Amino acid sequence: MIAWIILAPLFGALINGILFASGLSRRFLGGSEHEEKRIVGIIGCGVVLISALISSFLFFKLEALHPQQKEIIQELYIWIPSGDFAARFEFLFDSLSCVMTLVVTWVSFLIHVYSVGYMQEDKSYSRYFTYLNIFVFFMLVLVLGNNFPLMFIGWEGVGLASYLLIGFWYDDPAKATAGRKAFIVNRIGDFGFILGIFLIFFVFGSVNYQEVFKKAIDPEFMSAIPGVVVTTIALLLFVGAVGKSAQFPLYVWLPDAMAGPTPVSALIHAATMVTAGVYMTARCNVFYSQSPTAQAFVVSVAAFTALLAATIAITQNDIKKVLAYSTVSQLGYMFMGVGCGAYAAGMFHLVTHAFFKALLFLGAGSVIHALGGEQDIRRMGGLRKFLPITFITFLIGTLAISGVPLLSGFFSKDEILSALYERGYTIHWLIGLITAVLTAFYMMRLYILTFGGKTRMSEEVKHHIHESPYSMAIPLLILALLSLIGGYIGIPAFMGKILEIHDSNLFEEFLGSSIFVKWVQPEEYYLFGHWTLVEFATIAAFLGIGIAIFMYLIKPSLPETLAKVPVISTLYRGSYAKWFVDEIYGVAFTRTFIVLSKDLLWANFDVTIIDGAVNGVGSIARGAATLLRTAQAGILRFYAALMALGAVAILIYMVVSARF
Amino acid sequence: MESLFSGDLTFVTFFPLLGVPLIIALSILYRESEESIKIGALIVAIVEFLVSIPLYINFKTGFAGMQFEVETPWIQSLGISYHLGIDGISLFLVLLTTFIMPLTILSSWHSIHKGLREFLILMLILETALIGTFAALDMILFFIFWEAVLIPMYFIIGIWGAERRIYAAIKFFIYTAFGSALMLVGILYLYFYHIDHFGTPTMNILDFYKLSIPYFGITSPQGLLFLAFSIAFAIKVPMFPLHTWLPDAHVEAPTAGSVILAGVLLKMGTYGFLRFSLPLFPEATLDLLPILSVIAIIGIIYGAMVAFAQDDLKKLVAYSSVSHLGLVMLGIFVLNIQGIEGGIYQMLNHGLSTGALFLIVGMIYDRRHTKLIAEFGGISKVMPIFAAFFMISTLSSIGLPILNGFVGEFLVLLGAFRLNYIYSALGATGMILSAVYMLWAYQRVMFGPLDKPENKALKDLSLREIMVLLPIAIMFFVMGIYPKPFLSRMEPTVRELLKTKFEEHIALVDRDSGFVIRPHPSSAKRITSHE
Repeated sequence: MIAWIILAPLFGALINGILFASGLSRRFLGGSEHEEKRIVGIIGCGVVLISALISSFLFFKLEALHPQQKEIIQELYIWIPSGDFAARFEFLFDSLSCVMTLVVTWVSFLIHVYSVGYMQEDKSYSRYFTYLNIFVFFMLVLVLGNNFPLMFIGWEGVGLASYLLIGFWYDDPAKATAGRKAFIVNRIGDFGFILGIFLIFFVFGSVNYQEVFKKAIDPEFMSAIPGVVVTTIALLLFVGAVGKSAQFPLYVWLPDAMAGPTPVSALIHAATMVTAGVYMTARCNVFYSQSPTAQAFVVSVAAFTALLAATIAITQNDIKKVLAYSTVSQLGYMFMGVGCGAYAAGMFHLVTHAFFKALLFLGAGSVIHALGGEQDIRRMGGLRKFLPITFITFLIGTLAISGVPLLSGFFSKDEILSALYERGYTIHWLIGLITAVLTAFYMMRLYILTFGGKTRMSEEVKHHIHESPYSMAIPLLILALLSLIGGYIGIPAFMGKILEIHDSNLFEEFLGSSIFVKWVQPEEYYLFGHWTLVEFATIAAFLGIGIAIFMYLIKPSLPETLAKVPVISTLYRGSYAKWFVDEIYGVAFTRTFIVLSKDLLWANFDVTIIDGAVNGVGSIARGAATLLRTAQAGILRFYAALMALGAVAILIYMVVSARF
Repeated sequence: MESLFSGDLTFVTFFPLLGVPLIIALSILYRESEESIKIGALIVAIVEFLVSIPLYINFKTGFAGMQFEVETPWIQSLGISYHLGIDGISLFLVLLTTFIMPLTILSSWHSIHKGLREFLILMLILETALIGTFAALDMILFFIFWEAVLIPMYFIIGIWGAERRIYAAIKFFIYTAFGSALMLVGILYLYFYHIDHFGTPTMNILDFYKLSIPYFGITSPQGLLFLAFSIAFAIKVPMFPLHTWLPDAHVEAPTAGSVILAGVLLKMGTYGFLRFSLPLFPEATLDLLPILSVIAIIGIIYGAMVAFAQDDLKKLVAYSSVSHLGLVMLGIFVLNIQGIEGGIYQMLNHGLSTGALFLIVGMIYDRRHTKLIAEFGGISKVMPIFAAFFMISTLSSIGLPILNGFVGEFLVLLGAFRLNYIYSALGATGMILSAVYMLWAYQRVMFGPLDKPENKALKDLSLREIMVLLPIAIMFFVMGIYPKPFLSRMEPTVRELLKTKFEEHIALVDRDSGFVIRPHPSSAKRITSHE
């Protein structure tokens, strides 16, 4: 059953790839391009719908199971057997992978449908759907695999899909380079991940989740293991997560990844793939919960990333770049959640973020599509009149991500912030609050510059503008609905109690069976209570929104006036240039690597020294041969003389060495 | 005849030679048609592959020793016999050879313009010599096959190569012959040593396994013997810094030559380590382990970094071989099941993926008569099927999971981790570096604007070319998704090798339970029992 969730998209990719993307069907079966696109679209979306339906069915089956054994396992066969090592092709459907699978399949399905409209005019339509299906396949292997190597298959596989889709329009060298950059930066992360797997095997003698985690919560077994080992495992895995989920210092690939088609940005680079690291951290909660050092490290990296990305997002003018930095920042929130041990909170934000960020990206795609490829918000404005559906859905997304009360982002972000505060990460909590203000600000700024005010479009663009077709509008509406109400699956316990809805957090309760180490809230005195924390978060959201409205709607001249203040103008330029991180990496790593490889190792060492030595030995041999050759010049008298000399030498030797 | 199809090693080894008179006859009968000899050679190679399949089917899993053994006295007074046999180490190398050969012949359909008949004859002789090398269990027989490989390869590079073919062919020949000379001295020493200790003359490799040659440092008999054999093998692999013959040979060799060279010939070196250096000289191996591992790791990183610097696509692939074979050697030297199995698996992977990459380079070379990366760009537009095969081969080469390369890489690095996590971490940087140079090369050739007028009219792969690449691509997936049939056939032999020769080392490395921080194996007590 579980295997079919995974296999359906694989079949879709195989059919679309072998039959249509290769051009075989066109060659042998004929058929019009339009017809072919229809079949490709139906197959591409259909297989994902199958996965989504099966996973929903399994969700109900899982719900019916006893709370103590909430997991369904399906083993296919042994994949790599070698000595005492064995990795099986085996899938696990427990509450954690259930949440991921539902999000991945349903959001994927909506985005596939959206793509039918968005990519309609593209010549490589079938190739696009092939790649998209490949992505879903690998993503599902990642979340459903029951051991670390299997997760690694999905991990690298989604990286491949991401590479192929970022560089989808490969004629443009910048896009091809962006794809390659994503792959390589991810591989740096994977380097850590794979070493983490080795260490897990080294310590626990297995790579299977159940066996590893069972030993890892066994106090007797763990007493023999130095704490630093657990910390190392947690941090090595986190290196993988940093790469895939675009955290500092490896986040640099994600903004560039916006070179891909916008639905790809929505699916892979916002809603699903980039959250894989969060999933992994939640999956390995045993390790993190047992290592406060690793937790502090994760939370700190996450907080720094969240703030850094938010400070960049506030000045960008490319609609997709703003959303990209926003994604990096929101991923930081998720890691703050799972990092401080509030796994359910982190996963909850992952879910709501998947809704509203997919919505925002698809909305951005709708704008770009309508404007014929325009991405610069300085040339937009006033779009609410032209794109009513996009406008209203985008607004919902904006409010949801800003954390406006009662929308989905409000609940999840608040959960994380409260958890940070309650677990003693006060500084991180403060950073989270500041980031929340910035988030609300840059999102509102983006919204106002795109849809609000007067239009700054050229007459020609205005002439062509059109609302998107149904295939694009319907996914927008569904995602908008989810962004509105998606938060109600995880109403915090204290709210639920008062409002008499449910006296525990349903989402947290559902995930409970996959989180092994329970956190007990200490009976301590807190300066701020639950409601105060909620008020802080709410104030932060409205503060950001308010500043943005004041700056861009009420007093549109203010940004320019501010830009003249020296300190602000320096900061502005730094933020606009993304704090020069790419440039620094370019010099520190790329340039160094090229010099080391080309000038030092190749030109000087390999050619001159090593091969020089080899050829040198050759020359010596040749030289010696030349010397000896002169002795064989064919002059008989010379030979006779040599012979005589030799005979004399032998005689002398015999005489001298003879014993009398 | 029945035994022929249930797996007869003599038949498998010498069948390609039967093709030689056939090709000569065909060339006389159909004087004007080159097609007939090509088809003749291809059929011989395909039949050869088919008759080698029973070796796989009838191979007893769970059995560590030699199978399909054939032994007949040859020069009895010297103890030399005609002795063939395969075990879990050599089985797949024989199959790799028979699998690659028909594809190579098919790939050179239109690329050999002179002396086609001689070329095909040499290829078939080469096949027999290669299989013989992997199957021989008599030292002298092994040495004959080992040397016999050299001659056809020398001519293939020297006659059908590019401009600097003579330089490359001679460099290849002298380098390898130098190694062979050392090995011959080693073989003779072993021979007399055996006579001294057991009184009987023998050249049986399995008899030599029973020797224990005194070891007390590198200048002791075992140390010197280890060096004599290992230098010969290290040249063949090639291990850093003995690698510079390889890029030259590859760049100059015709496509078919490169494919066989990278695909199979280099494995003679890695195979030699497993068949001779490790089991014959275990104490020397253990003692030199740290140095050898470090050299292997240098090879991984160095090969990858130098590959990145290349402007010539073929040279890039050649240097990537240095890197990949470094990984194979690391796997062999970590002396545990995962490492060695991964190493053998990686030999096969390298044979397939690098073979495929050389075929791919050959295909665009046939079209454009250049291998310079800068001459290409945007080829994906005009050659989509080629682009797909190139991409799959690239991914196989950089070890993407569900393709073959990953399984080998994973096992080697896992094995290395159990020995020394620093080795593993350093070796794993190859994972990043391979993506750096391969994807950069792929991008420059395939992506970007199609701006060179010569490239605009390039034709996509023909059916023949697809038939060359498709079997390899299928094997990428088979070996990546279902490696068990391969690993389970290797395991008993590898386990036996480790158990009989490196038992104390294994006791240190193999876990019993829990978390034990073990001393570095080189500091472990040595096995020093002598007869």
